[in-house]
Amino acid sequence: MSDKPTTSPVTDWRTDYDIFDPDYIADPFSVWDDLRQECPVAHTERWGESWLPTRYDDVVALARMVPALSSNDPIVVRPAEDTDENLVDGYRVVNAPPISADPPVHTWSRRLILPAFSPRMVAEYEVATRRLCKELIADFVDKGEVDGAVEYAQQIPPRVIAILLGIDPSKANTFVEWVRGVLEIGLSNPVVRKASSEAIRGFFFDEIADRRANPGDDMISDLIKIEIDGEPLTDHHIMGTCNLLLVAGIDTTWSGIGSALWHLATHPEDRQRLVDEPELIPTAIEEFLRAYSPVTMARLVKEEVDFNGCPFKPNDKVLMNFPGANRDPEQFEDADKVIIDREKNRHIAFGVGIHRCAGSNLARMEMQVAVEEFLAAIPVFSIKPGETTTWSGGQVRGPRLMPIVFPTNS
Amino acid sequence: MRISVDSDKCEGHNRCYSLAPALFEVDDYGYATAAGDGVVPEGMEDKAQLAVDNCPEFAITIEE
Repeated sequence: MSDKPTTSPVTDWRTDYDIFDPDYIADPFSVWDDLRQECPVAHTERWGESWLPTRYDDVVALARMVPALSSNDPIVVRPAEDTDENLVDGYRVVNAPPISADPPVHTWSRRLILPAFSPRMVAEYEVATRRLCKELIADFVDKGEVDGAVEYAQQIPPRVIAILLGIDPSKANTFVEWVRGVLEIGLSNPVVRKASSEAIRGFFFDEIADRRANPGDDMISDLIKIEIDGEPLTDHHIMGTCNLLLVAGIDTTWSGIGSALWHLATHPEDRQRLVDEPELIPTAIEEFLRAYSPVTMARLVKEEVDFNGCPFKPNDKVLMNFPGANRDPEQFEDADKVIIDREKNRHIAFGVGIHRCAGSNLARMEMQVAVEEFLAAIPVFSIKPGETTTWSGGQVRGPRLMPIVFPTNS
Repeated sequence: MRISVDSDKCEGHNRCYSLAPALFEVDDYGYATAAGDGVVPEGMEDKAQLAVDNCPEFAITIEE
C-alpha cells in the first residue's frame, strides 16, 4: 500500500474538495481565498464526508458549537477501516483526553494538564530547549548545508516533550515515526495507522506500569497520583492523555518551527531584519503562526445543524480550518502578506474556545528559541538551489524535507 | 485607562501576558486577570491596546 493517498483530480472545490490534493498541500491559500468568496463552507464526500469553513467568524462560531459538534473524533478523515478506537452509541471515540473529550470529562481532564504548560512551568523548559538547539546546530554549522526540517525542526519537540513526560529522549526518532504514523502517513494508510497507535499504546502502558513501581518527578507519575471524586485515574485515561501529549506535541511544533525557517530562507529581508532586531522574534513568531498555521482539527457532528444553509448531519465531520480562518481578509489587514511586525493579530492557530491548545505556551517557546538560536549561529541561509521543499498536509501542514545552504566561517 | 479581562471568555491563550506581562497576571491554568486594580500605568497605554488587539477570545476591554 502506498504512503500517499490516491486521489482523482478536483474539478469543483466547493463540492468535492480534497485535503490531500498535491496542489492544495503546496498552496491551500488560493483555494481558501476562492472559497471564501464563492462558497464559504465547502463540502466533500472524500475521506468520509466533511465540511470545510474558510471564514474566520465561521470557524470561531463552529469551534464554540459544543456539544452539537463533538470532539470525540478530532481526526480530519474517517479511517478506511475502524482501527483500535471505541464506538459509543454509533460514534467513534478516540482516547486522547482532553482533546477528544466534551464537557464534563473535558473540563476536569484539561485542568489536570494545564498547570504543566503554564508560563511559569514552560520557562523551566527553556534552558534545556536552548541547549538542545545549540547541540543540534553544532552538528551541522560547519557543513554549509542542512535539512532544516529533518535535522533541526523535527529533532526539537520530541526531546522536549520526552523531558516533560519523563520518557527516554534518545527514542526521539521512534516517537517521530509513531506520530507520523498516526497523524500523517496513517491518515490514508490504515495499516500504518493501526501499527503506530498500538505501538504508542503499548509503550505508554509499559511506562505507566514502571512509574507505579518507581515513581519519579514527571507527568506520568503525577497523573498516577491524581484522584477524581476519590477515585484514581484509570490506566486507559492516563495512556490517552500521554498519547495526546506525545502526538500533539511533536508534529505540530516541528511544523511550526519548519515553516518559520522556510519563510526566513525564502525572504532574505525578513531574515536580515530578525538578525538585526532579535527582540522582534516573538512578534514574528505570532505572524508565522498566523500565516502558516500548522494544525487543522475536526469536530464530529452529533446533532443535525443547519449552518448558514449547510445541512450538517450526524457523523459528518466539520474541519476546524484554523489555517484558512487566519488568512481571512475580513479579520486581517493584508491577510495574504506576511508582516513580521504585525501588531493586531488575533490569530487562532492554537484554536479558539474550550479546546484552545493546552500546550501553546510550550510550542511558542520552542519556536522562539529554535529561531533565535538558528539565526544567531547561521544568520544567512537559503533553500538549496535546484531543490524544493516537501510539505505535509491534511491534519498538520509543515515542511518535511527542506534542504538549506549557508556560508560557513571556515 | 483601566483594563479588565472577562473570565467567562478567557481561555488561557496567554497572548496578553506575553505581550504585556506588567499589566496581566495568569494563574496556574493560564487564565488571565488584570494586574492589581487594572489601572494602566502612564506610558503603557499602547501595551494595553496591543493586548486587546491580540486576544483571540475578545476577552479584554479598555475603559477610559
